[in-house]
Amino acid sequence: MSASAYVQLVDLAKHFGKVKALDGLTLDIAEGELVALLGPSGCGKTTALRALAGLQELDRGQLIVDGKDVTFQSASKRGMGMVFQAYSLFPHMTARENVEYGLKLRVHKTSSQSRKTRSADLLDLVGLSSHANHYPHQLSGGQQQRIALARALAISPKVLLLDEPLSALDAKVRTQLREEIRRIQIELGTTTLFVTHDQEEALSIADRVGVMRNGQLEQIAAPAELYDRPKTSFVAEFVGLTNPISGKVSGGSIEILGSVVKTLPGSVSSGTGIALVRPESIDVVANNSGNAQVTAASFLGASCRLNITINDGTKVTAQLPSSDAAGIGAGANVSVSLLDMPVFVKAAG
Amino acid sequence: MKQTLGVKIWRWSIISIVAFYLLVPLYAMLDFSTKPFGFADTGRTFSAWATIGKQEDLLQAVTRSLITAAIVMALILFLVVPTAIWVQLKLPLLRRPFELLCLIPLAIPAIVIVVGIAPLYRWISINLSESPITLAGVYSMLILPYTYRSLSAALDAVDIHTLAEAATTLGAGISRVIFGIIMPTIKTGIINGSFIAIALVLGEFTISNILNFKTFQVVIAQIGRTNGQVAVAVSLASLLFVLVLLLLIPNKKRHGAILDVDIA
Repeated sequence: MSASAYVQLVDLAKHFGKVKALDGLTLDIAEGELVALLGPSGCGKTTALRALAGLQELDRGQLIVDGKDVTFQSASKRGMGMVFQAYSLFPHMTARENVEYGLKLRVHKTSSQSRKTRSADLLDLVGLSSHANHYPHQLSGGQQQRIALARALAISPKVLLLDEPLSALDAKVRTQLREEIRRIQIELGTTTLFVTHDQEEALSIADRVGVMRNGQLEQIAAPAELYDRPKTSFVAEFVGLTNPISGKVSGGSIEILGSVVKTLPGSVSSGTGIALVRPESIDVVANNSGNAQVTAASFLGASCRLNITINDGTKVTAQLPSSDAAGIGAGANVSVSLLDMPVFVKAAG
Repeated sequence: MKQTLGVKIWRWSIISIVAFYLLVPLYAMLDFSTKPFGFADTGRTFSAWATIGKQEDLLQAVTRSLITAAIVMALILFLVVPTAIWVQLKLPLLRRPFELLCLIPLAIPAIVIVVGIAPLYRWISINLSESPITLAGVYSMLILPYTYRSLSAALDAVDIHTLAEAATTLGAGISRVIFGIIMPTIKTGIINGSFIAIALVLGEFTISNILNFKTFQVVIAQIGRTNGQVAVAVSLASLLFVLVLLLLIPNKKRHGAILDVDIA
C-alpha cells in the first residue's frame, strides 16, 4: 500500500450466490488521479465501484478515503459523486435544479445565491449554460450525461465515480464526451474511478488502467505499459489485438517468423510457447519472392490492416501506417518480419 | 401525414356512437330533472335543482363524503404510495405477496366485507365515533386494487433504482428519496390512482348503507324515495362535479411540485 494513496480498496470480497463478484480486490488511487477499471462483463468492476459509493455491501474488506475508514458509512454521507450508465437525472427537475440538488442537502447548507453561482459555473464547465432551464426529456443523451456529470461534481466530491457513463451514447458523442470528462477532471483535480468495458475509452483517458478478471485485479499500469508490457496472457489478449504465433523459447527469447525477440517477464521460460504479437509489431514489405501472401487488406484511414498467410500456413494480422502499405493489396506477395519489441509468451496448448 | 376522407369518416362515426351512448343517459337525466310536475305542462323548471341547496341532510352528507375522500387520499399519499415504493426499492422479494394482498379486496364481495367488519364498526361507533368519516378506514382498503395497479404500472415505467441511488449519493435519506424524488416522478400514476379512489369513495353505496352511515350515495337514495327529480338532479350534479375535478387537478401545478416535499 503506497503512502500517497488517497483512496484505498483493501482486500474487497463480495459474492452473489455462487458467483464471486469480488475476490480479494486491492487497489490504491492517488489524489487527483483517474483510474479506469477495465474488464469483461461480470469481472466485478461495477461491484467495486458501487462498493466505494456505498451502494453495495461487502462480505469482507476495507475502504479508506482520505485517511478515513468509510467501509460502514452510508452512501448518503460518503460525499461521492456518481454518474450512472442509465440516464439518472430527476425528470421533474430542470437541469439547474438537478445540479443544485446535492448542494441543497449538504450539512452546511449553502445559501441559495451561492448555489446559483455554483450551478451556473458547473453548467458552464460542461458547456450547457443555455440549457439550464430545460427538463431532462428536452435534452439529448449526451447532454443528459453532461448534466449528470455537473450534478456529481457540484458537491465537490471526494471521489468521482463513473459507471460506464458513455455506453448508452453513440460513437461520436462518446469520443467527444470522454475527452471532455478528462479535461474537466484535470481542471478540477478530482480523484476519479472510471469503470468501462471499452478498452479504447480506458486507454485514452486514464492515468492508470486496471484490468480485472474474476473479481481480482490482473494488472494495473499506465495505458502504454499495459499495452506494451502485459504481465499475463489475459491482459495481453484482452487489451488490443494479438497474433498467437508458436515458437521455441530459450534464455528469455523466442524465435518466431525467422526473428528472435525478447520475452516479457511472466512469459513461459523454456520449450514451445505461443507468442502474443501485436499487429503493429509485424513488419510487412512488398516482395515478389516473399514468404507470405496478403489475403485481405482493409484501409482504416491513418493505418492499414493486412491479413497475411505465411507459406508455413501461419495466419497473422499486421497493421502498418497507410503510407507504408501503399501498393500492398489482396493477393500481393510480401515478406514478413518482426520489429524488435518484447512479446508476452503463454504456454502452448 | 394526411388523413384520407375514409379514415376521417370512420373516426368521426366511432366518436359519434360513443358520445351518443354516453351522453343520452345524461341528457335523459337533465330532461327528467327539469320536467314540470304534471302531464299537461310544457316548458322547463329548475325547481328540483333549486331544492338541492335546501337539503340539509344532503349538504352534510356531501361534506362528510368529501372529508372521507380527503382522508383516503392522505392515506394513499402517505401510506400506500411510500409502501409500494419501499417494497419495490428495498424488498423486491415481497413484491408478489404485496401485490396479492392489494388485490384481495377485489375478490371479496362487498357484502362479505360488511359482514366481516360490522362488529368492528359497532365497536368503533360505541367507543370512538359515530361519524361516517370512520369509513375512510374500510375505504382505504377497498381502493387498494385500483391504486396499486396504477402505482405499480408507473413504478415499472421508470428506473427508480437508479434515481434512488443517484439521490442517495448526493446525500438524500430514504424519506427524501421517496417523497422528493420518486413520488414526483410517478406523479401521473399517483394522480390516476387517487382519482379512481375518490370516484370509488364518492360512489360507494353498499357498505355505507348496510352499516347505516349517511354518506352521499345513501342520502341520494333516500331522497330518491321521496322525490325522484331531486335525486336525479343531485346525481347529475355529482357527475359534473367529478368531471370538473378530473379536468382541473392534473393541470393544476407544473411537474408535481405539490408533492416535492422540500424540507430544506
